[in-house]
Amino acid sequence: MTTPMTSYAPARDAEGRPTPIAGRKPMIQCRGVQKYYGDYHALRGIDLTIHEAEFFSLLGPSGCGKTTLLRTIAGFEDISSGVVLIDGKDMAGVPANARPTNMVFQSYAIFPHLTVADNVAFGLRRDPRSRAEKAAAVDEALGMVGLKGYGARAAHALSGGQRQRVALARALILKPKVLLLDEPLSALDRKMREQMQVELIKLQRQVGITFVLVTHDQEEALVMSDRIAVMFEGNIAQLATAEELYTRPASRRVADFIGVMNFMPARILGETATGVTVEAPGFGQVEIPAANVSHADPGDPAPSIGFRPEAVTLLAATAPATDRVTEGIIDEVVYYGDMSYYDVILDSPDTFGGQPHEIRISMRNVFGRELPDLGTRVRVGWSPGSLILFR
Amino acid sequence: MASASGSESAQGLRIVAPPFIYALLMLAVPLLTIVAFSFFKDGYQTIIREFTFENYRAVWADPIFRTLMLRSLLVAGMVTVVTVALAFPVAYFLSFVVRPDHKSLWLFLITIPFWTSYLIRVFLWKVILGHNGVINSGLKSLGLIDQPLTFLLYNTGSIITTLAHAYAPFAILPIYVALEKIDRSLLEAGRDLGESRLMTFWRVTLPLAMPGVLAAVLIVFIPTIGDYVTPTIIGGGKIPMVANLIQAQMLDIDNKPLGSAIAVTAMLIVTVLALVFLFLNRRFLRMR
Amino acid sequence: MRGGGLRAYAIAYLLFLYAPILLLPVFAFNSGTIIAFPLKGFTTEWFAQMWGNATLRRAMLNSLTIAVSSAVFATCLGLFAARASTRFAFPGKGPIMGLIMLPLVLPEIIVSISLLVVLLGIGIPLSVFTVILGHTLICMPYAVAILTTAFSSLDRSLEEAAQDLGETKLSAFRLVILPLVMPGIISAMLMSFTISLDEFIIAFFLAGNEPTLPTYIFSQLRFPKSIPMIMALGTVLVAMSILLLTVAEYFRRRGVARTGQKDSGGFI
Repeated sequence: MTTPMTSYAPARDAEGRPTPIAGRKPMIQCRGVQKYYGDYHALRGIDLTIHEAEFFSLLGPSGCGKTTLLRTIAGFEDISSGVVLIDGKDMAGVPANARPTNMVFQSYAIFPHLTVADNVAFGLRRDPRSRAEKAAAVDEALGMVGLKGYGARAAHALSGGQRQRVALARALILKPKVLLLDEPLSALDRKMREQMQVELIKLQRQVGITFVLVTHDQEEALVMSDRIAVMFEGNIAQLATAEELYTRPASRRVADFIGVMNFMPARILGETATGVTVEAPGFGQVEIPAANVSHADPGDPAPSIGFRPEAVTLLAATAPATDRVTEGIIDEVVYYGDMSYYDVILDSPDTFGGQPHEIRISMRNVFGRELPDLGTRVRVGWSPGSLILFR
Repeated sequence: MASASGSESAQGLRIVAPPFIYALLMLAVPLLTIVAFSFFKDGYQTIIREFTFENYRAVWADPIFRTLMLRSLLVAGMVTVVTVALAFPVAYFLSFVVRPDHKSLWLFLITIPFWTSYLIRVFLWKVILGHNGVINSGLKSLGLIDQPLTFLLYNTGSIITTLAHAYAPFAILPIYVALEKIDRSLLEAGRDLGESRLMTFWRVTLPLAMPGVLAAVLIVFIPTIGDYVTPTIIGGGKIPMVANLIQAQMLDIDNKPLGSAIAVTAMLIVTVLALVFLFLNRRFLRMR
Repeated sequence: MRGGGLRAYAIAYLLFLYAPILLLPVFAFNSGTIIAFPLKGFTTEWFAQMWGNATLRRAMLNSLTIAVSSAVFATCLGLFAARASTRFAFPGKGPIMGLIMLPLVLPEIIVSISLLVVLLGIGIPLSVFTVILGHTLICMPYAVAILTTAFSSLDRSLEEAAQDLGETKLSAFRLVILPLVMPGIISAMLMSFTISLDEFIIAFFLAGNEPTLPTYIFSQLRFPKSIPMIMALGTVLVAMSILLLTVAEYFRRRGVARTGQKDSGGFI
């Protein structure tokens, strides 16, 4: 009998309930990891800890070093300085084939000269189990990724989604401590991608090992990950949960990269222990709580306030006027079915250069409520708690 | 810790070493020897290792060298023009007309003759064009002529025919590859912007195919200059080219320094011509 | 059918390419002793004559020895060069690969004469062995070209995947890379074999007193009496070449199909 795949699920306690991620033991630790390609500084001192059975994502634009970091964990790249520990062991000098990690490649790297079953069994060559036991393990792995009965097929005849599943089965059959996924969904069409996102999360919870995903798709990272490291130019700009990244971005750049955010120029009027008082066009004077103060771009250090499109709402004409309401004119309506975007030009005083300031508002659509026409004068409501100051 | 790029280049050099050392010993060393010889003096049956330009002076002053070099260039030039001009429509046909699943069959058919004994193919042209050859005997048995046509063999025309036949696939393949690379929507864009089919060919297809045409020209021109077999067999020894001269000087006359100087001079002339040719057509090579 | 004019031209062109070769069997089976029309009658005498010719058999044996050895050496060296050039960046890559590929554009007369001068200079006697040295040199670039295509169509992550799944660099090469480039290796060997078998100039200068098929043919072309037998020999050689090329093409296509690529066609 082979050991069932689900038996190595350290993310559950004795009663089978999930354990909090922060309390689990560290699986991957990077300390001051630097990587040079000639003069090019690809990783500029990475420090991070990824826990056991965590779904972790490395997110960033192309060229930010996320794939390089993944490949240094896998053992395909030497590091120029620093330490990588996996399950507490220093990985210096340990080649890829001796590390307790397995990888799903961006191109899937399915061996075209082998059948599906031989691909899945590739890593079992040195396994002392009998031929029959190995075959049973292959069947089980294929079943786990929904490819039961595909074993005899030629690998090059598979579709993109099927290749992806074979790549997963091939890696998971070796029961690695860490599964590394290099942009695994980028080659799939939208529908398939969304389906695989859900399947990957379920699979990760089922096998209970650490998944490290590299992606440039912020939506994918938000949906799938327990925690996300956002990387720019070889540095980690922010390491946080999806919710924290979205609601409290550490810098204007992170805020700009994740989702849609409105930015308005701001003028700082005063600062107290509880927050910072600023003035912004259309918003008048407002106190931003200290927890919502973040960093401006080094390249453009002028202070600004930012807020998500869903943090402001279009108010019904009957709503009472308060000091948290501003007015403007609808410039564009973008209809998405379940929701709509409204671009609104705010009435703003001349103190900010007099040019019009446009913001984007998102709202759920409600049956029976008509979308406002272009040029309609509307009122916009907001709350100070949803504003972020970048300075 | 050794940097990855350093160990990668060391690994690459280690792997490329066997073929590189082989090419060094079997090609670079012999070529350098020839260059060295060309600056030595010829003592009868031996070589006097004394630096001199005398061989080159002799080469340039030699009317035979000038005649044969000019003839080689002329023949190679004619062969190139004929071969490339005849090959272009075939390459165009292959790329634009033949169905994709039939393409490799056509390519196969075109390359087969190239891989069958060069010597025998050249000799067969002598059989076709000869005094008692296929054309003459055929025409005679049909009663069209009484006397064999003597202008068929032993002239530059027959050498050009033979070489153009031998180098045909060399011209077709690079042009075909260049045509295959052309994005078909460019041609539709040309038509869409108001050009006729012919003008689209002239203003879009041909310029984009030029890198292939240039490659074809060089691939045909360079080896035909140094061809030895065709002038020997088809020319019947009466129309030698520069390769025959090199062979005669090096072996029959055994003046290795002079022979080397001829070989080096011929290589230099060809190299310079090829570079000038590429320079004149540089605008076509910058495109991609 | 599209391109009617072009198609007619292309077919005429193919006829021009094949015309001389088509004459070979015609005169190989013609009982007349001179190569001319009208044809006399059918005979297999020239094939029998060819079979009974001791010098020809020796030439055939020499040619096969040379062709097999050159094919093996050129393909082995080509494997190294193709692997290095597709997988690694190293200093001087351009010039190094340029030198290896140089015989493609160098007239064979230059290659053979310069090699001859050096061999004679260091006192190596001319023999079948010296021809193998020369043929390996000129077959190498063809092998490199074919193998480079085979290597470069491989996804680099295949090799990394094998290492990731527990194989060493060497066993990853053996288990993954080698099976995938095997059709290319066979193609390169057959191609080198064919080139070597047909090569005349280098054999002419470097073989000393040993005959090879092309040098033997060349020596017989002067004697009108021998021509019908040469026609028979040519027929056999052409048939062999076509057979080998078909096998080579078969393996090339199988390689293409196996890695699931689009067939772009062609050898070069």
